Amino acid sequence: MEKKAFSELAKMVEAKKFVFTGELEPHRSIDLTEVKDWATTLKKTGGITAANVTDNPRSDSAISSLVAAYLIQRDTGLECVYQLRVTDRNRLALVSDILGAGALGLHNILALAGDHTRVGTTPKAKPVFDLDSANLVDLIHRMVYEGKDLDGNEIAGPRPEINVGVAGGIMAEPLEMEVLKLKRKAKVGADFIQTQAVFDISLAVRYLKAVKEVGIPTLIGIFPPRSYGQAEFFGKFVPGVVVPKEFLDDFKKMSEITDKAARKEKIKEYNVNYFVDFIKEIRKEGAAGCHIMAVGYPDPIGPIIAGAGK
Amino acid sequence: MIITKEKPIEEIYGFLEPFGKVLVVGCDGCTQPPRGLREAETYASLIEMAAKMKGKEIKCATITVPRQCCSEGVETQIKPAGYEAMLSMACGIGSQVLNQVFPEIPTFPAQNTVFNGYEEKREGIMYENCRACGDCMLGETGGICPRTICAKGLMNGPCGGCIDGKCEIPVQIRNWKGEVVEEIKQDCGWYQIFNRLKDLKRLDLFEKYRPPTDYSIWTNPRRI
Repeated sequence: MEKKAFSELAKMVEAKKFVFTGELEPHRSIDLTEVKDWATTLKKTGGITAANVTDNPRSDSAISSLVAAYLIQRDTGLECVYQLRVTDRNRLALVSDILGAGALGLHNILALAGDHTRVGTTPKAKPVFDLDSANLVDLIHRMVYEGKDLDGNEIAGPRPEINVGVAGGIMAEPLEMEVLKLKRKAKVGADFIQTQAVFDISLAVRYLKAVKEVGIPTLIGIFPPRSYGQAEFFGKFVPGVVVPKEFLDDFKKMSEITDKAARKEKIKEYNVNYFVDFIKEIRKEGAAGCHIMAVGYPDPIGPIIAGAGK
Repeated sequence: MIITKEKPIEEIYGFLEPFGKVLVVGCDGCTQPPRGLREAETYASLIEMAAKMKGKEIKCATITVPRQCCSEGVETQIKPAGYEAMLSMACGIGSQVLNQVFPEIPTFPAQNTVFNGYEEKREGIMYENCRACGDCMLGETGGICPRTICAKGLMNGPCGGCIDGKCEIPVQIRNWKGEVVEEIKQDCGWYQIFNRLKDLKRLDLFEKYRPPTDYSIWTNPRRI
């Protein structure tokens, strides 16, 4: 299988450098100021190589992730991972958007199935699912390396230069099913895996050991919470995410600190210590990087990256 | 079999209100639950009663046929002369056939045709398991259809919405107004396929990459 590194992210991974990616979530608005500010903050940490730009997350409509990714990358200089889900587009529209991404100088796509339309804010919509995420990986790979779509129709002129990532279900049960699923995606051209957020080090390690045989680099997702409420919310309401009791108890204790600045500082310190250790562990297990999902909570990101690099 | 659900009597009465003589036509074919003569007779009395309560009169007669989807059969078995309208107890296919064969009088549906499926007798619940896609892949998926059982119809599942073997999309049971009255968690289709293929020692089939569905064969209406 032919593979090249086109993006900074893929080049860093290829060079065996441990990478950090961030997350940007544009909303149902044409105003990208806030998202660009967050991208600038991520870039200023000096350690974030690229950031994902979400596509209608949780099936809540938002500005086109293609347009947002392009504008953010152009205006902030931070490389973007354009998230693309098959929930909303058939294979014609996907070819159009992949060509668009190529023309706009985007070099990463995260190929996603996407949440079903019924879970979101527009539940009466017709879900498309003409392709699934494995088929989307296949389509992108053929466009990039063969200059053709799935029906063999040729692309005129230069081909898009895109690396393609896939989502990893770190809590998938049984893991054997997850591994076979990822092997399928690797077979049709997936370049890297980004997982959902995980708090429990042992689960991250278990996952890394299992997906080793897939043979593509894995970035483990983390989510440093800014408060006890946020940590609790994650464990309670985000499907498939388990927040360890000990972690929650520590956050509960910290939430009882009455002085706001002191509480904030303590939580930051806790996040830094916890996730620096976490990242050191996953590096030992061969993780290629870490995907940090703390949107709008910059405080611990710089210190985590600095600490983990030591 | 073809699973149908009765339309509410208010809706059926709305169709039939302008008419005085109605023939209620049952079907002894594959429609499930049964929609034969006994059910036709029940509907006939309900319609007559509904009319009476509104101070009107509708006279209903009943008949049943082996299969309403057989146009040649219904042509000889049903004699609609003298009736102003017909009510079909069959699936949407039967209703359409009656309208085609007897264009001189209108035929209205008594049922919502829901899906192709099977009945779990002990529970009295109907389950959808075939979408009549025209490109059966059951031989490769342990006899479980991902196009029907997976909420997203994925060819290479499961997706990230499979949590503890359950699908993130619950089955919704709606009343006749379309309101959701119950939501039931269902097993993820691809999780079922994984377990079935594992039991059959054919996980090689699970790992196999499947190209996308050819939707050109789904273009409706189809003919063979």
